[in-house]
Amino acid sequence: MLSSPFVRKPASVQQVMLTVLVALLPAVALYVWQFGPGIVANLLIASIAAVAGEAFVLWLRGKPVAIYVTDLSAVVTGWLIALTFPTIIPAWILVLATLLAIIAVKHLYGGLGQNPFNPAMAAFCLMIVAYPSAMSQWPPAGWTDLGTHLHLIFGGSLDAVTGATPLDALRTGLRGSATVHSVRTGEAFGLFGGRGWEWIGIGYVLGGLFMLWRRVITWHLPTAFLVAMAIIAALFWGYDPARFASPLFHLASGGTLLAAFFIVTDPVSGATTPRGKLIFATGVAVLAYLIRNFGAYPDGIAFAVLLMNVCVPLIDMKTQPPVFGHKGQ
Amino acid sequence: MIAGLFRFNGGVKPETHKNESADTPIRTAPLPARLLVPLRQSARTTARCIVEPGQKVLKGERIGEPDDALSTAVHAPTSGTVIGIELHTMAHASGLGTRCVIIEPDGEDRWIEPRPGDLSGAPREEQLAWLRDCGVVGLGGATFPSHIKVGRGTGIDTLVLNGAECEPWITCDDRLMRERADSILAGAVLLKSLVGAQRIVVGIEDNKPEAIAAMEQAAGALDADIRITAIPAIYPAGGEKQLIRVLTGIEIPHGKLGGDFGVQCFNVGTAHAVHRAIVHGEPLISRVVTLTGNVAEAGNVEALIGTPIADLLEQAGPREDTDRILLGGPMMGFEMPQGDVPLAKGSNCVIACSPALFPPPPPEMNCIRCGACARACPADLQPFELYWFSRAKNFGKAQEYHLFDCIECGCCAYVCPSHIRLVDYYRFSKSEIWARERDKAAADAARDRFEFRNERQEREKREKAERLAAKAAATKAKLAESAQAGSGDKGGDGEAKPAADDAKAALIAAALERAKQQKAQVQAKNTDNLSPAQAAQVDAAEARRNGATDAEAAPDTPKEAPEQN
Repeated sequence: MLSSPFVRKPASVQQVMLTVLVALLPAVALYVWQFGPGIVANLLIASIAAVAGEAFVLWLRGKPVAIYVTDLSAVVTGWLIALTFPTIIPAWILVLATLLAIIAVKHLYGGLGQNPFNPAMAAFCLMIVAYPSAMSQWPPAGWTDLGTHLHLIFGGSLDAVTGATPLDALRTGLRGSATVHSVRTGEAFGLFGGRGWEWIGIGYVLGGLFMLWRRVITWHLPTAFLVAMAIIAALFWGYDPARFASPLFHLASGGTLLAAFFIVTDPVSGATTPRGKLIFATGVAVLAYLIRNFGAYPDGIAFAVLLMNVCVPLIDMKTQPPVFGHKGQ
Repeated sequence: MIAGLFRFNGGVKPETHKNESADTPIRTAPLPARLLVPLRQSARTTARCIVEPGQKVLKGERIGEPDDALSTAVHAPTSGTVIGIELHTMAHASGLGTRCVIIEPDGEDRWIEPRPGDLSGAPREEQLAWLRDCGVVGLGGATFPSHIKVGRGTGIDTLVLNGAECEPWITCDDRLMRERADSILAGAVLLKSLVGAQRIVVGIEDNKPEAIAAMEQAAGALDADIRITAIPAIYPAGGEKQLIRVLTGIEIPHGKLGGDFGVQCFNVGTAHAVHRAIVHGEPLISRVVTLTGNVAEAGNVEALIGTPIADLLEQAGPREDTDRILLGGPMMGFEMPQGDVPLAKGSNCVIACSPALFPPPPPEMNCIRCGACARACPADLQPFELYWFSRAKNFGKAQEYHLFDCIECGCCAYVCPSHIRLVDYYRFSKSEIWARERDKAAADAARDRFEFRNERQEREKREKAERLAAKAAATKAKLAESAQAGSGDKGGDGEAKPAADDAKAALIAAALERAKQQKAQVQAKNTDNLSPAQAAQVDAAEARRNGATDAEAAPDTPKEAPEQN
């Protein structure tokens, strides 16, 4: 005999995940416009690897494969990996990263909902440590030939085609004796962020607003993340504008906008209480900024996310909101 | 009109399905062939049966006597014959049985005479007793005895009348307010004077404009401070604590009552029943109940308490594909237990279900911690945390996260995209905790009993010893006394006793001597034919043993005291 409630909202995990995928589409479209359709190939490869890996592990674990694979959570992980990796990364690295994310980071901890780390970010960290050179080969904006992309993805090599990301260029420039200003006149830079990346960033913002409207995410995480990033960047920039880039540059570059709406908002590995979300996102922003400027990697968001993932149980425990009737006690 | 409403966190807006049954006037349900009147009509207690099979009863005649503080009287809903008193499944999710008085109506529907007059001018105590004797309980569903709720009221400022009716499908209070607003408000005024409140605030969800209009009109005709307030239609706005929060801003914590905060809340149906009882002297023998769902003709009927639910539902014409029947709303109601059950005072709605109207829930998926449940929870809990703890049987942690503040409204399970039956997990945890507390209480009681028994045995032993000692002392004293007394006239007895003692001592000495000799004989046996070397060994052993004995005999001498560095 069933018990109450006997009605439920027509909502499902599948719908939540589908909303996330739809929210990523504007950014993907702008990505194609700025960097060519190579990203679509990567999205496909990562999706297939993710679903295959998920189905395999579900089968191994004796879970109902069809029900869980169709929840689309693996596809979301695959897409986030494809979008954070360079477009011309060899396919096998992408596949390896996706399989590691699904099998090791997600299923070894018990599957969807149980993983303490963000699978896409863990995959990114593993790969940038394991294959640093492949992971830093980014195509320059306007480099849109699908044939060349596919050639590179499937193991070909071309000399001297890749450019650095703006964060990487800035970092390398500043290691020399250049100032932020002189570096930013370089060709990797656009109006306020990286050339091409600015547009994709707008796509992420649009997707984020869509998810806010659909109530898939709440305002706490993106707002805290962007505000904290802006504040810490402004502090350093105000201290020495020649050595530290402007807040606007930090907001528009690298994975900032993607992270604000799609990475730190991962409910499984992130904090869940309203105050906890603010703390979590602020922590990620501050750590990411510090790693960008003083650490070993040009963009620190992935590492920052993993570091803050570790703190989530403590954050959640210490930020439980007061319950009805217990306020002010 | 709305002097600033407050809000509670969360809540959901399920499809209301109110139109199906809200538009037709309340009909009177026909007399059923048999009435099964449960003697358990108020929360937690059962009335004592005072009729016997074969006895004729009149409408409104008392058949159950209030038995303890929490119980209320039970009455015959119509005139007829008591044909049995037996256990019958009651309208409760447990499907447990309760004693029911089975009445076969005679069709005359004759009231008991004489019926008392208007009690509205009577002293408070008398009115409270009358409410108990009329079997008036909360008609919102919890069936808490009204005379107790009213009786507790001291320092009450506001009387809240609950006309929110937030559960989908249910419209009985809506119809009651539309059709009998005068009676409801008259009851509310009586309640107000009974609890000593200053004002009456009526909360009605804003999706019942006709009810609001009717109540406003009735309030206008009365010379009392009554405010009719439209509140946003968000489930569970009709929860007592949620309604009080919305209307007054007061948050009543778990375990506390509205009375502690100067607010007392009654359902509109209860106010109506109070009016019928005090002004018309009528006991609570019928209620308005919504018949809806998968039926041809949904609506509200005024039905006698004890009417079999299946008979009632027949009025509405359930369709062929009806697969089960819900009692109460779909958010907090329950499936009718196997077997037919009679209408109880707390039964406000009967819903016929079909697979199309109430599809079976999709399979449970993993929790993705999306937090939708926490955003929907009107008690500000973190339902998914409670779910994790309940799943892990970490009941202590669940309690720490305020499991018992959960009102089981079902909002979390309603919104969960993973279709987790969250409320069931909380029910499980709560029952486990209760079971453990019961076990612990039982174990504590057993230990107390055991310790008491031990103590008693010790005491008895001690007392016995004391008694014996006292007796011995008394005997001795008596002997001594008699000896003393005897020495006066019989001089010979004084020497007789020491002589006997000497004889005893001689016997003992002889026995000791014998034992010594025996020991000496036994000892020598295996040392008769020894070689000199063996003899030397025996001597050495003997010497060692004697040495050891000496050492033991002198405990002050330390034996190889270990170095304590």
